[in-house]
Amino acid sequence: MTQPLIQMQNVDKFFGSFQALKNINLEVHKGERIVVCGPSGSGKSTMIRCINRLEKHNNGKIFIAGRELTDSEKDIDAVRREVGMVFQSFNLFPHMTVLRNLMLAPQLVRKNNKSKAKEIAMKYLERVKIPDQANKYPSQLSGGQQQRVAIARALCMSPEILLFDEPTSALDPEMINEVLEVMEDLANEGMTMICVTHEMGFARSVADRVIFMDLGEIVEEASPQEFFENPKNERTKLFLSQILSH
Amino acid sequence: MSFDISLILDSLPKMLSGIGLTFQLLILSGVLGLFLAFVLLLMRLTEKWYFSLPAQVFIYVFRGTPILVQIFIIYYGLPQFEAIRESIFWPILREPFGCAIVALTLNTGAYVSEILRGAVLAVDRGLLEAGSALGLSRNQRFIYITSPLAIRLGIPPYSNDVISLLKSTALASTITIFDMMGIARTIVAETYAPYEIFISLAIIYMIFTFFIQKGFGYFENFMSRHVKK
Ligand SMILES: Nc1ncnc2c1ncn2[C@@H]1O[C@H](COP(=O)(O)OP(=O)(O)OP(=O)(O)O)[C@@H](O)[C@H]1O
Ligand SMILES: [Mg+2]
Repeated sequence: MTQPLIQMQNVDKFFGSFQALKNINLEVHKGERIVVCGPSGSGKSTMIRCINRLEKHNNGKIFIAGRELTDSEKDIDAVRREVGMVFQSFNLFPHMTVLRNLMLAPQLVRKNNKSKAKEIAMKYLERVKIPDQANKYPSQLSGGQQQRVAIARALCMSPEILLFDEPTSALDPEMINEVLEVMEDLANEGMTMICVTHEMGFARSVADRVIFMDLGEIVEEASPQEFFENPKNERTKLFLSQILSH
Repeated sequence: MSFDISLILDSLPKMLSGIGLTFQLLILSGVLGLFLAFVLLLMRLTEKWYFSLPAQVFIYVFRGTPILVQIFIIYYGLPQFEAIRESIFWPILREPFGCAIVALTLNTGAYVSEILRGAVLAVDRGLLEAGSALGLSRNQRFIYITSPLAIRLGIPPYSNDVISLLKSTALASTITIFDMMGIARTIVAETYAPYEIFISLAIIYMIFTFFIQKGFGYFENFMSRHVKK
């Protein structure tokens, strides 16, 4: 078997004396699509934020493409170049046009010249189907469009892995699908992704594995079919009954 | 009480002849103060105590004491030290104008650095995380994300500080500077007509304040033209 792209080994994370992650073990291989769900406060965001070092884990080891995440700036930079992230609240830079949002990292981090960066940016704007919005500012776009821009911005760095932290929870219902479609396209093209979401339809159709977290632990890890039809853990059953009854 | 209009008409041009000095005080100490504020800000933003602590002490001292006291200490106090009189700063500190500039600069620098710091801290953390996630370094995040957004956030409080600096320049008249206030005081001493003179002077300051406010208002609208209200 090839080496996993992401390896988390016995990872603990503390905020002060509060333990947000307890002995997390996770392996993700290239091309795998993982959906993470669980109740609020269960540590889903914290777990994926440890993968690109937005949070620093306290115990255990994390390897991304074989490189261990340590305090070394060099390792952190290298990992961040390979891991893209999409946030619940989009986090587009409000003072830059859509195009500039997309060109920034390719220029500053990948050291592309301006025309190359622009070419990359336009390529991914087309991929998320909004090339016509290139010269607008984020505040002039709908929520769904903003989130698609945010996905395109992450793609511009050609990451190996994409992390999504509840990418559709801040959206009006009628805009959720346009974002999910883009994510499904990416999944079908073989992007490795970890997606925190409560969109169970998406999990069923796209995920290779579903991970259920509660109280900082991975409680259950199974194929979507197994997960939804035959959950083993009582906490998973309770969670599913709550979320599917809506 | 009678209000002597002809006296006002007479003394207005005299007071206005001090406008140049008032503006020199405002602009020189405004610009130098902004520069100082930026240095203090960078000192405070480093996580090294030997940079941030001196900046904090400086800010505390200058915000915690009346500006008039600061002017007097610099003008009357410093020349008593041999070392000051022999230092390269003496040509500046020998002149009342230099003393006023120094005092106003140090004072406004302390206030403005706190304004800048507030603005920097008010920048949405999520945007900086997005920058980190894209691989931008700390300096790149500061230059491309924090600074442009902090400038927008800092404009309203900064314009307040410029207005209060304008009014503080009037204190320079206490150390023999003939700005508009200095001239007004002389006229009052000669004519014994404090109401007419000081009320017209107050109106002049108010007119300037109005223009400063308007100017910053336009600047703010320009800078936040992309952000929906
Ligand atoms: N910076 C922080 N400082 C202190 N506690 C934190 C911090 N970030 C998260 N926590 C705590 O850690 C726990 C896990 O948080 P996390 O955001 O990972 O949960 P989550 O599963 O993503 O929840 P949600 O569905 O609400 O987003 C929560 O109890 C939260 O209060
Ligand atoms: Mg979360």
